[in-house]
Amino acid sequence: MAPTIITKTEKLVGQRIRRKEDPRLITGTATYVDDIQMQGMHHACIVRSPYAAAKIAGIDTKAASALPGVVAVFTGADTKDVGPVPCGASLPGLRVPYHHILAVDRTYFAGHPVAVVVATDRYIARDGAELVEVDYDPLPAVADPEKALEAGAPAVHPEWADNIAFNFHQEGGDTAKAFAEAEVVVKQRITSQRLIPTAMETRGVVADYNTGDEALTVYSSTQIPHLLRTLLAQMLGLPEHHLRVVAPEVGGGFGSKLNVYAEEALMGFVAMRIGKPVKWIESRRENYLCTIHGRGHVDYYEMAARKDGTILGLRLKLIQDLGAYHQLLTPAIPTLSVLMMPGLYRFKNIQADIVGVFTNCVPTDAYRGAGRPEATHGIERMVDILAAELKMDPVEIRMKNFIQPEEFPFATATGLIYDSGNYDAPLKKALELADYPGLRRRQAEARKQGKLMGVGVSTYGEICAFGPSPATPAGGWECATVKIDPSGKVTVGTGASPHGQGEETTFAQIAADELGVGMDDVVVVHGDTAVVPYGIGTFGSRGTAVGGPALYYALQKLKEKIKKFGAMLLESEDVTFVEGRCVCNRSGKSVSLAEVAGASYRAMKLPPGEDPGMQATYFWEPPNFTFPFGAHIVVTEVDADTGKIAVSRYIAVDDCGKIINPLLVDGQVHGGVAQGLGQALFEQAVYDENGQLLTGELMDYAIPKATMMPWVESHHTETPSPVNPLGVKGVGEAGTIGCTPAVVNSVVDALSVLGVRHIDMPMTPEKIWTLLQGGQA
Amino acid sequence: MTKSICVTINGSSYANEVEPRLLLIHYLRDVLGLTGSHIGCETTLCGACTVEVDGKAVKSCTMFAVQADGKHVLTIEGLANHGTLHPVQEAFWNEHGLQCGFCTPGMILASKQLLERNPNPSEGEIRHGIEGNLCRCTGYQHIVNAVKSAAAKMGV
Amino acid sequence: MIAQNFEYSSPASLEEALQMMAGGDAKILAGGMSLIPLMKLRLATPGHLVDLSRVPALDGVTEEKGNIRVGAMTTHFQVESSALLRARCPLLAAAASHIGDMQVRNMGTIGGSLAHADPAADYPAALFALEARVRLLRVGSDRTIALSDFLVDTFTTVAEAGEMIREVIVPVEEAGTGVSYQKLVQPASGFAIVGIAARIRKSGGKISMARVGVTGLGPMPYRAVGVEKMLEGTAGTADDIRKAASVVADGVDANTDIHASAAYRARMAAVYAGRAIQAAVSRAA
Repeated sequence: MAPTIITKTEKLVGQRIRRKEDPRLITGTATYVDDIQMQGMHHACIVRSPYAAAKIAGIDTKAASALPGVVAVFTGADTKDVGPVPCGASLPGLRVPYHHILAVDRTYFAGHPVAVVVATDRYIARDGAELVEVDYDPLPAVADPEKALEAGAPAVHPEWADNIAFNFHQEGGDTAKAFAEAEVVVKQRITSQRLIPTAMETRGVVADYNTGDEALTVYSSTQIPHLLRTLLAQMLGLPEHHLRVVAPEVGGGFGSKLNVYAEEALMGFVAMRIGKPVKWIESRRENYLCTIHGRGHVDYYEMAARKDGTILGLRLKLIQDLGAYHQLLTPAIPTLSVLMMPGLYRFKNIQADIVGVFTNCVPTDAYRGAGRPEATHGIERMVDILAAELKMDPVEIRMKNFIQPEEFPFATATGLIYDSGNYDAPLKKALELADYPGLRRRQAEARKQGKLMGVGVSTYGEICAFGPSPATPAGGWECATVKIDPSGKVTVGTGASPHGQGEETTFAQIAADELGVGMDDVVVVHGDTAVVPYGIGTFGSRGTAVGGPALYYALQKLKEKIKKFGAMLLESEDVTFVEGRCVCNRSGKSVSLAEVAGASYRAMKLPPGEDPGMQATYFWEPPNFTFPFGAHIVVTEVDADTGKIAVSRYIAVDDCGKIINPLLVDGQVHGGVAQGLGQALFEQAVYDENGQLLTGELMDYAIPKATMMPWVESHHTETPSPVNPLGVKGVGEAGTIGCTPAVVNSVVDALSVLGVRHIDMPMTPEKIWTLLQGGQA
Repeated sequence: MTKSICVTINGSSYANEVEPRLLLIHYLRDVLGLTGSHIGCETTLCGACTVEVDGKAVKSCTMFAVQADGKHVLTIEGLANHGTLHPVQEAFWNEHGLQCGFCTPGMILASKQLLERNPNPSEGEIRHGIEGNLCRCTGYQHIVNAVKSAAAKMGV
Repeated sequence: MIAQNFEYSSPASLEEALQMMAGGDAKILAGGMSLIPLMKLRLATPGHLVDLSRVPALDGVTEEKGNIRVGAMTTHFQVESSALLRARCPLLAAAASHIGDMQVRNMGTIGGSLAHADPAADYPAALFALEARVRLLRVGSDRTIALSDFLVDTFTTVAEAGEMIREVIVPVEEAGTGVSYQKLVQPASGFAIVGIAARIRKSGGKISMARVGVTGLGPMPYRAVGVEKMLEGTAGTADDIRKAASVVADGVDANTDIHASAAYRARMAAVYAGRAIQAAVSRAA
């Protein structure tokens, strides 16, 4: 049972407050994993397969071992008892290939780790790696998921010739009836290309083994230190209490560090074998080859509707490119797409069939949005395609089908309960900001002059705050500890592991408001399993939406204790805790938080039934997901000569529930939109038919630069979530989810005069130019 | 095979024996422990390793330490003056011009150079000026605000 | 990320540098903006690097008898911001401003860029349009040759073992010449998918001189003489320009890669040629 809410005086929550974490980051004094130096530290360089599929006929490590400074070389033969690399997702009939941390006799994707060279410095380790001779027998490979499904395609795993890891069917309502009754059915193949997350900090691991204590400390650039600890202990056969995991400063994750990787276990193995600390830092090329990719969908949609635009049902066949293995959540990601298929719309008939396909590529897994951008892109494209078919305005068709505010909580055909929403509100606000009628007039003018101008509207909903534990593989709760020192200073420990989102600030805002202290009186610690109690981590827009309420309830628990000590010191039963002081409501006498805290530690006297000290921990289990929503409007101009797309306006109205810090929320939206725009216009992981990654460096994989981004007009509506006492919903992924359909809808709108109905991403100039020439993009 | 070098870094002089192939970024980070400058790629695109060498912003991953012999290097650690933040640092803080912070030291040094050459840049000029610094978190908008704000402050 | 080891020399004079190069197996380190990334990826493994950065007077821009001499070690930033070039040869300064990014322009040099002979580099388009010459030094040899003779193939020049670029020579632009450099950017690398430089002079209402340089399209940059011939003598109307620009890719084996097909590159060469020529015509007095 949650403690009752006592008082709530918001002074800091809701304010644009600059971040507490920034001073170390702007002065170069933060500690990322590669900044860790230790006495006697060794360095590892990993030898990786140049082939997407090959038999390993032999490995000769003699020359590498003989290089002065090389202390060890390990191959799959040495590490075969470590692992496997875990898959945390389960689906009926899921085929799970055994994922060794180093390849044993065969490699399955280009970049597959084959051996590790350990040396006294990173330069020698690199030289040593060059001297490891691996005898490969290349095998046929397949990189395209649709080709992998064809009869006779090379088998990624020889034991499963069809390359199918799973089939998954989900149905709600009566789709057959909906399609039988439909007056119009629209169909479209829609892809969501493979993307490379590209956190600016690549992955890295430092492992340090104390042979006396038999205790291993692993520093890793991870989003999930506690889950990593539990799973690494299993992989290494180490008692969990002998393993400490630290996520130091983490330079971005976007889902790519929501995982347990072979290299994390490998460094643990190496440290235990050599008895010295060892560091491995991923190069950008390795990051592109070996850290998970995102998306990788080929979707076949069918939408049934009435002529008046009422949507009746949706069918989806989803082909998910899984890559060669299941990483932590790989097979679960497309199931999130299916959950999100209803979007913001009222229709209740849904049928989805997922086929998960192995390819000789690095695995896909959670990347910003994780399944929800793909689904939102699909449905928001389909709504536009339906509108075009019916010659309806894209705004009108959306408003006609929206779930209405009075219908919440709303049960979807996919089994979700949407918590709250007012879907007209952000759309109307965006239309007003855009001057939508004016835009349409300008578009008509532009068309008369032969110019290609498009107005794209997209609305979106997302599932955030992962989530109720029964819906997650490893628990969906979060934990917070609040500790008040004898001097009255406050330390918040959170099990969420922020890495750029700014919870050191937003959580301090929440704690400072509740305790009536200043921002400087609070520090927020996280990311070290020896320092903070077990937590789940930061991903799925859950840091504030689940970690925040956990903190809130821990604070309420502590405030009860503060009041009891205050009452004891004031010798009164009638005491209020307000503005950082316990006040006797009769005498007006008061004691400060520091006095109360001090008394609790000296413990000369204790309130009846209370123990000494001033600390509280709360594990909060969310009763439901939260469902943020919003509307994005994008104006584009297409250069008919070159196919280049210019985004002339970008309006984002996002509703993430209650806003703790508007400055940080805007930052999340801008960054999310940048990654969405990257997908819409520039980014694509390209493998050739042999499974070679052609976009293996930043030279060839285009993440947006400053010159490639439009000005984002970021606005908000605030519909509090009833799921948690803060009313927060989460915002980390909103921009990415809302962006891609808005941009594609805009460009399709611009090209609709030529009969164009759909364009797959990325909408490169050449693709658009080809369409303008009358070709197939 | 090693070479003797003497480099002045953030006002202090350092003498070391280094392999010619040692990159300036590794010299700063691994030899001298100045880990504020970061490494985000190996193709001279991300700019996380940006430092100043003799007053010019350069990518220290694309320069050997031996090339810096006899030169003056400024890193993010040397930018604040006795605890007083440089106006560009202060502006990045005020305008929320960073999230994960990994690109930030390089971004700040690039912005500093940009403002030295163009004290009152337009939005387009700011974007062009920081094109060699990739950020995956912010979408650059708050960085643009930070550079504008620093320009206003430095112009006063 | 980590290069193979090599011997490093940092000569203090041109004579010393030439002596070091005379053995024939040393590689020059100029700005390093192309060479060092290749070394880090171990795609280049030179045994001996000769760093020219301490050789005095190898950088700088000077005017002499109707020509402008740009020292081999002149950085792209120096070219971009040179008051002399901006006034007297603005096309070269414009092309330099499109190279890489600010930090790359601070380090990268014109000599290093030309010696690397990247088929998608920005400089050659401008230098072809300027009919630039390259001065090459070697112990006992000092020759100045046309850029068109210097560049031989993709990443290949005519420079012999032991030979180094001393300077690049471009003409002082006659007053009234209109110039423009237009580039379709490969968004990841910043290199040109196609880049077109145009120089136009008018006389009596007609185009009296047209020079067009092209980069990015084929295995090496080139001067589009066919386009120039079609332009000269015309009034430079939109139609004249479109017709002339349309032949810019004639006879060129256009590149195909993941960023652009040959057909698209060729078409974009024509589009950007049209734009560069149009801009140059409009600026020509």
